[in-house]
Amino acid sequence: MSAPMNYLDGNAAAGELSRIFAMDITSAEGQCANCGAKGRFAEAHLYVQCPGLVARCALCGHVLLRLVNTQRHVYLDLRGMTYLTLDTTQQQEASS
Amino acid sequence: MAGTAVLGRVTWRSATVVGLHDETTNARTIALAVRDWPGHIAGQHVDLRLTAPDGYSAVRSYSIASAPSSDGRIEITVERLPNGEVSPYLTKELIVGDDLELRGPIGGWFVWRRDQTEPIQLAAGGSGIVPLMAMIRSRASAGSSAPFRLLYSVREPGAVFYRDELRALSDQDHSVIVTFAYTRATPKDSPRPPGRIDAALIATGTWSPNLGPTSYVCGPTSFVENATDLLIAAGHGRETIRTERFGATGERK
Repeated sequence: MSAPMNYLDGNAAAGELSRIFAMDITSAEGQCANCGAKGRFAEAHLYVQCPGLVARCALCGHVLLRLVNTQRHVYLDLRGMTYLTLDTTQQQEASS
Repeated sequence: MAGTAVLGRVTWRSATVVGLHDETTNARTIALAVRDWPGHIAGQHVDLRLTAPDGYSAVRSYSIASAPSSDGRIEITVERLPNGEVSPYLTKELIVGDDLELRGPIGGWFVWRRDQTEPIQLAAGGSGIVPLMAMIRSRASAGSSAPFRLLYSVREPGAVFYRDELRALSDQDHSVIVTFAYTRATPKDSPRPPGRIDAALIATGTWSPNLGPTSYVCGPTSFVENATDLLIAAGHGRETIRTERFGATGERK
């Protein structure tokens, strides 16, 4: 498989990010610090064939997030994003 | 309870296998009773963690196939991958009564909420049908009248998941219009030779962009790329298309 097909969506990082954050980061809107594009983190390209997770801007390829787990620590680099906007009204649906 | 906030970290929970049935010769649906399950939204997934006696553990993501319910049960459908580390165990060794560790529900973007009323276009590549089936089931259980269409790309007739249920839903009131795209072998009466989905199939098998649909595309990365490009070429805005890629192998890490 060629390199461009080696990525997933930011969605796939939701489980790992849920260890750290109380809210769902994947549905938040973020801005790429390189090209200025705004988009949901779920739509970033996620690379998992590495010691951790690397998310890249879907438009320019700039690294948005790096997350590495070791035995005792989690390393999280978020400098590729200027900001994140989180929806505080998001809720689970009423069950039926 | 009407609306449980997503706030609060997602933690590992204990889940017990309460049912198993084969969807195809290499895919199995696993029903799980999950302790303190908070409920989910159609399209969300769970992470399963399997730990060997020597402490080695593996985590895999699986989409939830069942509609949201309050009975603390969910279903996932797992496809067996030839060189998979986890899927052969889940599809062959697992028995009713086994316990698993599960984290979820996870993901708030690739979801269909019951208050969405716009037309919905679903596009599935292979086992990418699973979260889309949760949306179809959620629509039915909520009594929603949102118009749904499903374009389902699959290798051959024998590889179709949820065949009878899809047929029933599509025959019942045509509320979910299903179009199959067979890539390797077709049924005898198929009007179309086997092949990947193309512009002609998008034109006849999906909602027009004029109707303002939201599209959900799920499958292997190459399928998602192709389907998304075709939808955009047909006039759909990129912001109306939500995607979930399973990667080149189909097994998400």
